[in-house]
Amino acid sequence: MKKLFTPLLILTAAMFAYAPVAIQNAPYESTMGLVQKIFYFHVPSWFVMFSAAGVCGIGGAVFLFTGRKDADRFALAAAELAVVFGLMGLLTGPLWGRKAWGVWWQWDARLTSALVMWLVFVAYLLLRKYGGAGSEKLSAVLALFGMANVPFVYLSVNLWRTVHPKTSVVMSLEPEMGRPFLLCSLAFMALFVLVLAARVRLENMRAALDELYLSLED
Amino acid sequence: MSPEARQSFAATVWLVTKKDLLIELRSREVVYTTLFFAVACVLVFAFGFVREGVAVDDAAAGILWIAIAFSGTLALGRTFERERQNDTLRALMLTPADRPALYVGKLTGVLVLLAAVELIVTPLVALMFHAPLFAFPLMMGLLLAAGTIGFAAVGTLFAAMLVRARSRDVLLPILLYPITIPVIIAGVRGTAVLLQPEVNLPVARMWLSILVFFDVVFITLALWTFEPAMSD
Repeated sequence: MKKLFTPLLILTAAMFAYAPVAIQNAPYESTMGLVQKIFYFHVPSWFVMFSAAGVCGIGGAVFLFTGRKDADRFALAAAELAVVFGLMGLLTGPLWGRKAWGVWWQWDARLTSALVMWLVFVAYLLLRKYGGAGSEKLSAVLALFGMANVPFVYLSVNLWRTVHPKTSVVMSLEPEMGRPFLLCSLAFMALFVLVLAARVRLENMRAALDELYLSLED
Repeated sequence: MSPEARQSFAATVWLVTKKDLLIELRSREVVYTTLFFAVACVLVFAFGFVREGVAVDDAAAGILWIAIAFSGTLALGRTFERERQNDTLRALMLTPADRPALYVGKLTGVLVLLAAVELIVTPLVALMFHAPLFAFPLMMGLLLAAGTIGFAAVGTLFAAMLVRARSRDVLLPILLYPITIPVIIAGVRGTAVLLQPEVNLPVARMWLSILVFFDVVFITLALWTFEPAMSD
């Protein structure tokens, strides 16, 4: 990862620099017009949020059943990123919703389940910050329950009418819209990998430093 | 599981439950405080949801389940605070008993407490909000039972694990509510169906089945994670 970090950083920076141009050049959507362009950042934010949630849940499970500390560091770093990218999705969504639906927020299945999912990861971070010693295990359990929770929240709120655009919309994009969307998705995923790697490295160094302190005291 | 193992599992569950209920019967602390808290909740919500003497639509269902969730959190917190004071939870974990059996024992104790609270609060809500909660007693009872089991199954696991954490009082609701939102939704919607002028029983049954499914998944997960989570 160390060798790849700098090239990936440059590539990601280039993609993000070009993204506004690509989005600018993409055609206007026939009914939404300009406001639809937020989709190029909104959807990739949620891609990253759900990838981060997956990494957190898997890291938590590995930590819980094998006791591997590095898995826990991955889980913590991923949880932080899930909150950040989830917040991005939650902020960009209403900007579009205000124009498309006339309201900032709908108690729609997708919105509600995304919000609940985001709250689980906020709770995760609060637990890590204020739970004190031993909260790693509980947070791993929380991440597992959070992942298991997703279908339930989705199912239980889906019985209210869904107004959010379907995910299948992504597959049926015009090539002129699909290419900038793919670019943005790749840029967001690359950013996620970069920040995750940097964050895990920081945690690893912190753990190594703690060990050095402890061995100094002995 | 062999018959002997099953027997010892049941015996452990019964011992833990009996211990909790005996302690509770002597002081009656949790049941009294939780019950009063639930009644206070109902009263506070009444101020918010009653317009010109009549409650807004579906208010009774929402108020009932929020009262259960809030007072359930209180009961969970108190039950495990008791285990913390003399470090008895650690003593319980040191016994050569099955960890899952200890979990089920604690869960049963909490469920009995919450059932006692619901036995008072449900008629109270029905009475104060003119809600025909007992028109379908079996369905209502099943919804309450399934919802309470789901809520308490997650709550018991989290409360047990929070015993050693700092700021546990604040963290319990913060962790518990996002995870148990499906229980609240299914409970409220299922109860609201029963309150309609024309009751659509298949819809209520669907919500009940969501609750039961939730119970199965979350009890399985809790049994599976209780052992590694509670060992140092």
